[in-house]
Amino acid sequence: MIKIENLHKSYPIGKESLHVLKGIDLHIKEGEFVSIMGSSGSGKSTLLNIVGLLDVHDEGNYFLNGQLIKDMNEKKAALLRNKFLGFIFQSFNLISYKTAVENVALPLYYKGISRKERLEIALDYLDKVGLKDWAEHLPNELSGGQKQRVAIARALVTKPKVVLADEPTGALDSTTTDSVMDLLKDINDEGMTVFVITHEEEVAEQTKRIVRLKDGRIISDELTKASKAV
Amino acid sequence: MFDLDRWREIFQSINKNRLRSVMSGFTVAFAILLFTLLFGVANGLGNFFKGAFADDAQNSMFVRVWKTSKPYKGLQTGRRVQLRNDDYNFVADEYEDKIQYQSARIYKNFSIKYKSEANTYNIRAVNPDHQFLEKTIIDDGRYLNERDLKEKSKVLVIGRLIKKDLFGEKVALGKRVNVNGSSFLVIGVFSDEGGDNEERIAYMPVTTAQSMYGNNDYISQINLGYNPNLSTDAAIAFGKKMERELRKRMDIHPDDQSALSVRNMAEANKFISTVMLALTLIIGFIGSGTLIAGIIGISNIMIFVIKERTKEFGIRKALGAKPSSIVGMVVQESVLITTLAGYAGLTLGTYILSLIGNSLEEDYFIKDPSVGSGIVIGATVILIISGLIAGYLPAKKAANIKPIEALRAD
Repeated sequence: MIKIENLHKSYPIGKESLHVLKGIDLHIKEGEFVSIMGSSGSGKSTLLNIVGLLDVHDEGNYFLNGQLIKDMNEKKAALLRNKFLGFIFQSFNLISYKTAVENVALPLYYKGISRKERLEIALDYLDKVGLKDWAEHLPNELSGGQKQRVAIARALVTKPKVVLADEPTGALDSTTTDSVMDLLKDINDEGMTVFVITHEEEVAEQTKRIVRLKDGRIISDELTKASKAV
Repeated sequence: MFDLDRWREIFQSINKNRLRSVMSGFTVAFAILLFTLLFGVANGLGNFFKGAFADDAQNSMFVRVWKTSKPYKGLQTGRRVQLRNDDYNFVADEYEDKIQYQSARIYKNFSIKYKSEANTYNIRAVNPDHQFLEKTIIDDGRYLNERDLKEKSKVLVIGRLIKKDLFGEKVALGKRVNVNGSSFLVIGVFSDEGGDNEERIAYMPVTTAQSMYGNNDYISQINLGYNPNLSTDAAIAFGKKMERELRKRMDIHPDDQSALSVRNMAEANKFISTVMLALTLIIGFIGSGTLIAGIIGISNIMIFVIKERTKEFGIRKALGAKPSSIVGMVVQESVLITTLAGYAGLTLGTYILSLIGNSLEEDYFIKDPSVGSGIVIGATVILIISGLIAGYLPAKKAANIKPIEALRAD
């Protein structure tokens, strides 16, 4: 599903250049539940952004669903994101003036689905994350955990191949963290590839494969107990 | 392309961000309001100027004579100059293609009497064309015609106020009045926009006056309407030429202004149009300045708005929005706000102008201030275009920011 070969990325900082990713090789198959671990500055967010087509790499090859990602313009990237990827962010990134159900329905708008149909689908997905009764509420009327569940519903509504989660539990307490992780597990059980970035061991342990990053390089890549239990 | 979903997105965005929408709308509305008022007032000034000369036709020329003030060809100064029918016919033949209307004028001052009412009035003996030269409006009956002239009929066209003086509310048409001892038939009643004095006048055929009072071919003045196809400069040249020719013909020194002169409305017209041109340029400069200030205002607000929404755009892009859809959304919103607000300003401005009406005519020389539909359409088009530009430029920039940077924005 995701194949990365010798990936390099650096950011210009003034006249200097900060080399963030120094040759990453990673292969994630369909249906995997992978977490990327690393301290801040290890390059894990950069990796996710490149995988999510939110940013471009400098060197190396990246295949998404067998397609080589190269010379992307914003339009092509937008189409691919809409078709293959679902995003969950640490800060939720809901649109503040839209209700929960409208936020969830937004990706479907860009898919060109009719309003009636997309609101129906969105409501189904809100139901799945247990927020059907909150459909007409604005984001600022929801708790952090509820917001993240709305964001998850939004990530899932287009039935993406890969769900990318950037510190999905970073802004949540332990109880809501567990409920969000349970949701991600359910998603994975349904066959979706889930790609989580975290710095919390407890979160990573609930995934099936942990990739550890340090200074822009992979230092370990191992399956977890959770995967062996299956 | 009508996209209901797109409109729904825009209305939601406008509705949920009312302060922002009202602010940007207000800038445009205010600029257009000022623009409308400015142009309206300028038009009002123009209308006043035009109205000030409404009494006579715009293309009037008058040939007038007094006494000579310079000796010429052995003739002494102080000689009384007299226009005659020959001179009238000379002008008619010589400048036929340059003249639209022509009339002689003889001034008389007689008493007019009807039953017990009598009064002294100015009487002008004229040709039928005089009606158009003086912009005489016939209220009742008819004006003089060629047949009246040929038959030297004793007929009279009286001003509205003479009719009021002599007949009151009764009918004047067809009645006989006594003019300086002779009986004349009232064939018409007229009014004139030139004011009360112009409506206390009576007109009779020039031939009638010549045969009855002195039995000569004298005329006091020749009135002309130059051919409206002539340019202002050509009309001025025509006036000068005619003045030279007539002086030569009547043995008057070529520069003797006080013996014979041609007063030409073309010269006044030229002055007025110069003043109006200057006024239009000034108003145009200030007006477009106001409009540009408004456009810059909305552009500034749009830049701010788009900066504020950068994160939202990042989210939308992460969810699959193409840059074009974001640019389209912003531009459509911007055009909608500018158009609606501009229209509001325009309507308010037009309404205020209609309230002002003629109330400022006395003190400020502003008459019927209003804006023409051309200005209205032009301003609307400028608004739509400026809305397009004000939205497009910053939106294009925002849409091209990498989503990761947009998402990081706060």
